[in-house]
Amino acid sequence: MRTRAVARERRFRASEFTIEALVRVLGFSTIAFVLLIFLFLLREGVPAFFEVPVANLFSTRWYPTFGLFGTLPLILGSVIVTVAAILIALPLGVATAVFVREVAPGWAREILKPLIEVLAGIPSVVLGFFGMTVVAPIVRQSLGAPTGLTAFTGALLLAYMSLPTIISVAEDALDSVPRSYRDAGLAMGATRWQTIWRVTVPAAGSGIVTAVMLGMGRAIGETMAVMMVTGNAARMPLDLAALLRPVRTMTATIAAEMGEVARGSVHYHALFGIGIVLFLLTFLINLTVARAILRRRRRGGLR
Amino acid sequence: MENMKARAVLVLLALALAGCGAGRAVREAKRAERAALSIQNTGSDTLVNLALAWAEAYMRLHPDVRISVTGGGSGTGIASLLNGTIQIANASREMSKEEIEAARAKGFEPRKLVVALDAIAVVANPSNPVDALTLQQISDIYTGNLARWSGVGGEDRPIVLLSRESNSGTYVYFLEQVLRLGDRKSTALFSSETLLMPSSEGISVEVRQNPNALGYDGLGYVTSDQKLLAVARSAGSPAVLPSAATVSDETYPVSRPLFMYTAGEPTGAVRAYLDWIVGEGQALVKGLGFVPLVKDR
Repeated sequence: MRTRAVARERRFRASEFTIEALVRVLGFSTIAFVLLIFLFLLREGVPAFFEVPVANLFSTRWYPTFGLFGTLPLILGSVIVTVAAILIALPLGVATAVFVREVAPGWAREILKPLIEVLAGIPSVVLGFFGMTVVAPIVRQSLGAPTGLTAFTGALLLAYMSLPTIISVAEDALDSVPRSYRDAGLAMGATRWQTIWRVTVPAAGSGIVTAVMLGMGRAIGETMAVMMVTGNAARMPLDLAALLRPVRTMTATIAAEMGEVARGSVHYHALFGIGIVLFLLTFLINLTVARAILRRRRRGGLR
Repeated sequence: MENMKARAVLVLLALALAGCGAGRAVREAKRAERAALSIQNTGSDTLVNLALAWAEAYMRLHPDVRISVTGGGSGTGIASLLNGTIQIANASREMSKEEIEAARAKGFEPRKLVVALDAIAVVANPSNPVDALTLQQISDIYTGNLARWSGVGGEDRPIVLLSRESNSGTYVYFLEQVLRLGDRKSTALFSSETLLMPSSEGISVEVRQNPNALGYDGLGYVTSDQKLLAVARSAGSPAVLPSAATVSDETYPVSRPLFMYTAGEPTGAVRAYLDWIVGEGQALVKGLGFVPLVKDR
């Protein structure tokens, strides 16, 4: 009797050990893959920083077939499109999450949630084509831009694409706020509105920041839709009016030019150099958010 | 195991024996015969679809001839011709002086044959009142010196410049022949305001819906809902619309001949094939968006 129990115990330990080891290996392999990809990026991209003078690399003209490798318009192009997209998506996304979680009656929630998930499933090429043929003319006619293929059009599409991510993550964050918080708020005489905006949403703050971050990650890395609607003109977006002018993002540049570039040429290395910049930029965004969340946790706030 | 090894050695021995002596003469003869009926055709990516269509049609008529067509660019095709690995090189440009000298050093004179013509059309929105531009005006517009349609007799609107991506052959031709007006020393570049569209479809969608747009593309890619602009060589000369007729009589200024090069005067199957291309083969040209040669040219 006892020996059988010991044997079972041993068997359990053994299987647990294998499963644990497997999970650990898989977990570490993810990190290993990221590291390998980064190493590959470095190997292909770093030569650009030696082959092209720094002054050229940070000039304002990108014209690789003529030896001009100014990456500034591309970096600023990506930044302006992403920031504008998040500024549009943040209020919309958070408001939708609050409505779905806090305000909508049960039956409406049951309809809305799957509909929002469906949004995430639309391929970006389809959205890009829709943007090119429908959104772009509207932007041109209503905002008086010379062409509808602008940074703003791209931002609109990106905002739309990052909405599902923002809504579902923000909704989960609101969901994890304990019921007692809401009850306490209401018991102290606060209205429903006050409870939502002064208690529930701030308590879910770090989760909402995570939601926005994930949305931003989706936006900055998006290629196809952006390439189709932003016009891809490598001009410097320096003022607010630049929102209504074409821009060329880093992702669109890599996608458009990588196909035809000669392997190992300066242009090839420069494109991977842009890849490194893109990688560092997303890394930086993730790092700041991770720090913000960590600090909040230390202060004893909620998840 | 031992048995298999022994057999492998035997096979190798047999192959080695076949490689020398009596076998050689037979194989040489066979190869010569095969070469006569097998044509290798490489070069320009602009021409590759047309060359494929020709090859397929010709092989249907002459099942004994094998023609293989590959792209890779005009330079690749000419280099292969110089190395003697192909019989016909497709090119969307003429051979350079260096390439011709290299051919002479190899002991042959390259023979050029114009096989089709390609027009590059300048297009605008149908609502645009501008009907014609001079080459100089197009150059000024695309380099960024002229930013409004009013500067070329149109409405007071900004001009939105559309171009293909820099990997397109049409882009290179437009840069060299229109922006730089054929001047080799010119360093003019497309304005940084130019919208680089990833596809011909991108250009036609924008031209169709935006009254500010100005674009260019191969004549075969222009749909009927875009307005073709007439182009004048200079301010005094007449503006000409692109069409099969104006391209073949060379009055339309933005067109280029497409070539096939052979090493020396073509003979045998290659000769027959090329004769067919400039003859009956011309019937296929229009369907692929190029301009056929006129018979009595």
